[in-house]
Amino acid sequence: MKQILVSAFCVGAFSLTACGGDTKTVDSAAGSASPAATSGGVDLTGAGATFPYPIYSKWFSDYASRTGIKINYQAIGSGGGIRQLIEGTIAFGGTDAPMTDDEIAKAKGPILHIPTVLGAVVLTYNVPGLTQPLNLTGDVIADIFLGKITKWNDGRIAALNTGAKLPASDILVVHRSEGSGTTFIFSDYLSAVSPAWAAGPGRGKELKWPVGLGGRGNDGVSGQVKQTPGTIGYVELAYANQNRLPVAAVKNAAGTFVAPSTESITAAAAGAVERLPPTTDFRVSIVNAPGANAYPISSFTWLIVYQNQPDATKGKKLVDFMRWALTEGQSSAAGLDYAPLPASLGSKLTERLSTIQVGTAS
Amino acid sequence: MSEVSRPLVTSRPDDTGIAARIEGSAIGDTVYRWLITAFALCVPILLAFIAFEVGSAAWPAVKAFGFGFLTSNEWDPPHGVFGAAPAIYGTVVSSIIALVIATPLALGVAIFLSEFAPPWLRQPVAFLVDLLAAIPSVVYGLWGIFVLLPLLRQYVMPFLAGLPVIGKSPLFQGPAYGPSMMGAGLILAIMILPYISAVSREVLMAVPRSQREAALALGATKWEMIADAVVPYARSGIVGGIILGLGRALGETMAVTMLIGNVHQISASLFAPGYTMASLIANEFAEATGDLHLSALMAVGAALFVVTLIVNAIARWLVWRVSREAHA
Repeated sequence: MKQILVSAFCVGAFSLTACGGDTKTVDSAAGSASPAATSGGVDLTGAGATFPYPIYSKWFSDYASRTGIKINYQAIGSGGGIRQLIEGTIAFGGTDAPMTDDEIAKAKGPILHIPTVLGAVVLTYNVPGLTQPLNLTGDVIADIFLGKITKWNDGRIAALNTGAKLPASDILVVHRSEGSGTTFIFSDYLSAVSPAWAAGPGRGKELKWPVGLGGRGNDGVSGQVKQTPGTIGYVELAYANQNRLPVAAVKNAAGTFVAPSTESITAAAAGAVERLPPTTDFRVSIVNAPGANAYPISSFTWLIVYQNQPDATKGKKLVDFMRWALTEGQSSAAGLDYAPLPASLGSKLTERLSTIQVGTAS
Repeated sequence: MSEVSRPLVTSRPDDTGIAARIEGSAIGDTVYRWLITAFALCVPILLAFIAFEVGSAAWPAVKAFGFGFLTSNEWDPPHGVFGAAPAIYGTVVSSIIALVIATPLALGVAIFLSEFAPPWLRQPVAFLVDLLAAIPSVVYGLWGIFVLLPLLRQYVMPFLAGLPVIGKSPLFQGPAYGPSMMGAGLILAIMILPYISAVSREVLMAVPRSQREAALALGATKWEMIADAVVPYARSGIVGGIILGLGRALGETMAVTMLIGNVHQISASLFAPGYTMASLIANEFAEATGDLHLSALMAVGAALFVVTLIVNAIARWLVWRVSREAHA
């Protein structure tokens, strides 16, 4: 009996979804009534990275109230998003680290990476007596996390922070314990600036850390840093801003110390985009990007989709949504501490979206 | 102490009605028997299925690393090197710490509630202790981060390290950061305490009144009565409660992950961070995309399965020995 009820509900849900699809052209005023009638029906399903989840869920709710198209996104982690996209169980994935060539080879067809917004990884610290913001360079950060610099009053840190009162205490490193895109971006940066890091721990979502403690999640890392004098750790910019954590300024490729902000992250992307060839697949790292105002530990986060969308209705909805997200959607990014894409990238991406084949079998 | 078995139905020659009813239920009995046999078989079949699934998913890692997987300290996902020794060590040690702390406490609670507490106090305290089991483990973890770890770091660890002889032992060396094997063991102790105490309390309450009266009649004090007559009678049940708590400690994931520091190392010091098998799987499974990495995590799962099995077998053997002694 229970089974019959469930399947009846499913049939109902599917037919409602079909209804929702037909009425998607209604304007936003009337649209608010229309989606209510289709409640329970979902037009598109995605899964993946947790880092962009706040901005994505804002986009989905804004887009649903404008067009009536419902998008469901499960923040299960980049790795899970990639796995489900390869298996074809979702319409799109979200990831903080681009898919590797091996992963793309396993997929059911050509895959497009579409950058949506930008994020940054910031260094937060707890140094008693320090009153001015900390300045750090890539190789000093690498050597702290490699365990080569062990005291706060080490000569190399003091040289970057003239006049700062640095204690003679030990440095305690705190890193993420679970696999995360944040760790990938951070280790990607350290690998780019430090040969010793690249040859040692390397880049990845999980690493073999030479020193330090593992905290679970941004809150686990920042909780440990807040409570323990002498600690340094890394978290996402959005998390640091919302919790008013102290953050270090990092020296960029142009030689200036830049504090992380949505502007300095967008500047990093703009600097990196200039160098992209027209045929790029956008699987690019923008760490240590050129540009006087670029914050060096920045990264895109991507939506990943199949280039061939055999289902005409769904494929069109997906492309329409992404086009909206890359244009109008960008304006809501900064309010949630995400950096919007640089203007120079917008036209390149909408051009790329038009290469998606809708309604043709691959 | 052996139970007197009584026939379920005492048939009287003139009572044919009952005999007929027993006769008529023969088919029902058969159906019932097969039904419950099928239910009972579900569990071993499920267990075998899980073992097979985990085992086959773990096979690539087992093939690549062999026995070294269990003895190596290296866990390096970007370079594809995996060894689970620190996690196995951490699971066993954190559970032992938890048992060592929780068992006497839980027994004390159970004995107080069954033997000493006045009735108006017994129910509320028993309820509160049982309530500990209802708190979600992530809440324990948060409490651990914000209350337990700062306490350990500021007071308990410096105190232990400063003690004259004990402080020099390898158990209490190194800097006190907070996240540590000690923190994880303590939180586990609190989490398994209600299981041990609830089971022990029920078993102690079930000890027949005559047992207590006999001891008192022989001139025993209250303490002698509890130590010599009540607790030995309930011994196998108490050990069963401890096993239940141990099972929970071995598999606990979230709270431990938040407090143990998640570092792949084996250190004698309880102040040092460590790792457990359950934490390792919980931390890395979501973002593991490489085939060998996934397989290594599955192998950790299989190892956890085996460790739990071994620990449970040892505990069963203990119960068996204890109950045999009690009968002797």
